[in-house]
Amino acid sequence: MDLIADHISHRFGALDVLDAVSFTVGAGEVVAIVGPSGCGKSTLLSILGGLLRPVSGGAELRGAPPTDSLNPLTFVFQDFALLPWCTVEANVEFPLLHTGLSTAARRALVADALRRTSLADFRAAYPKQLSGGMRQRVGIARALAVRPAILLMDEPLSALDSQTRELLMEDFIALLADGAMGAVYVTHNLEEAVRLADRIVVLSRRPGRVREVVPIAMTRSERGEINARSRLLSLQNELWSLIRTEAIDAEREVQHA
Amino acid sequence: MLDRAQATPPQPDANTETRPVAFRGAGFAPVTNRYAGWAALALVIALWQAAGSFGLVNPLFLPTPLAIARAIYQLGVSGALWHHLSWSVMRIGTGWILGTVAGVFVGFAIGLSSMARSVGITFISALFPIPKIALLPLLILWLGIGEQPKIATIALGVFFSTAISVYSGVDAVPRNLIRMAQSFNVPFSTIVRRVIWPGALPSILAGCRITASVALLLVVSAEMIGAEYGIGAFVLQAGNLMQTDQLLAGVVILSLFGLAVGRLINLLETRLLHWR
Repeated sequence: MDLIADHISHRFGALDVLDAVSFTVGAGEVVAIVGPSGCGKSTLLSILGGLLRPVSGGAELRGAPPTDSLNPLTFVFQDFALLPWCTVEANVEFPLLHTGLSTAARRALVADALRRTSLADFRAAYPKQLSGGMRQRVGIARALAVRPAILLMDEPLSALDSQTRELLMEDFIALLADGAMGAVYVTHNLEEAVRLADRIVVLSRRPGRVREVVPIAMTRSERGEINARSRLLSLQNELWSLIRTEAIDAEREVQHA
Repeated sequence: MLDRAQATPPQPDANTETRPVAFRGAGFAPVTNRYAGWAALALVIALWQAAGSFGLVNPLFLPTPLAIARAIYQLGVSGALWHHLSWSVMRIGTGWILGTVAGVFVGFAIGLSSMARSVGITFISALFPIPKIALLPLLILWLGIGEQPKIATIALGVFFSTAISVYSGVDAVPRNLIRMAQSFNVPFSTIVRRVIWPGALPSILAGCRITASVALLLVVSAEMIGAEYGIGAFVLQAGNLMQTDQLLAGVVILSLFGLAVGRLINLLETRLLHWR
């Protein structure tokens, strides 16, 4: 199943946020979206996931989702969005409750998602008892439980400390390794983008337009090798040179807003 | 230009005296001592008893705590206490339940529907400030002189506070949780039941605490205006007969009733909001 951004434009009041953004996310592909602050990355993700109606253009799906997928487009949120009154297990089960699955089938899906995210021992814990990294793992487990075709990840690591970020990045790489799931990964962290994405969509400053699409000609496993580091770093620098001037302008704009 | 770190840190002069960094973080962190409050209360009651026993205070105007306790005991033994209390509890219970059910329903409607919000908030803003006890004579005209006007007064008083606390609670539910549920195609009714209701519950229970006090205030007022039985009526009769020990016994019973309701709400909060 492909996800297509088709000339998406959006504005909030008089503020133009996105301007005719188009690109395609193929089946099993990971596309990162980067750009200066306020360029509409998160807005774009909300539109792609059907949570926000664009002013013009739209998001489309091409092809059938996997037969076992209960929610083909599934979000992983920056702030985790966990129900504080539910245990880890109940949070992961929450999106399955209305699907008509039997209790046994739901439990099996939850158990599998908890196992894949190493949360099996924390099933009875409440979100307030968990660290930020563990909370995000619950968010990921909840997303995995519905067998998504494409994960829509909105800066999923930005609220975490650097060590936890590194650990979760390794988890993401492992989860996406078999190509069964695609992802749209919104981030302002260029290192995360070059480590995870097959292609990187660089947006201009507001109103966000597709400035460049940068393919990464390395498999994710190759990127983990020591001799790939210099190439990744040069890619990162290349991306930064594309964004830097506009990031400075965007920052001044925010400061004067 | 940036300062460069020195290869070796500056060495302190061994002859210069050191002094501790002054602590500046004290205060602004009050803690409750559970015994201090009870001790203070016991002290006040002891002083009050002593003042009465030594004849410093006229017992007609301020009976001693022992006299009040004796009056409560006699009221309990004679059955009068339970008779009056049962009438008050019936009125409070019925009025509070009616007002709460209607308030929760209207509060949710205002919190979830644009149309209900536009209309409802206007009406609530206009009617909430009216002292509900002022409506009792009108309600007597409409509903007769039985129990209905008293119950309706309590229900009205409870309704507005409940509706306000419910829609404030619904508004306070983090939007990201609702968006999360929508992103999983969770139906509207399930979002209301499993996201909005538990999210709004802290505010609803805080509202219950307020409406319990409002109901108590209104039942006493209503019973003082037009009732033969009930704690309010009993307190008024005792005042008219200068039976101040009986009067204060009624007041103490009201206070204990309020405390019991507060305790019940605490229990509910502990059970229902354990996740906080």
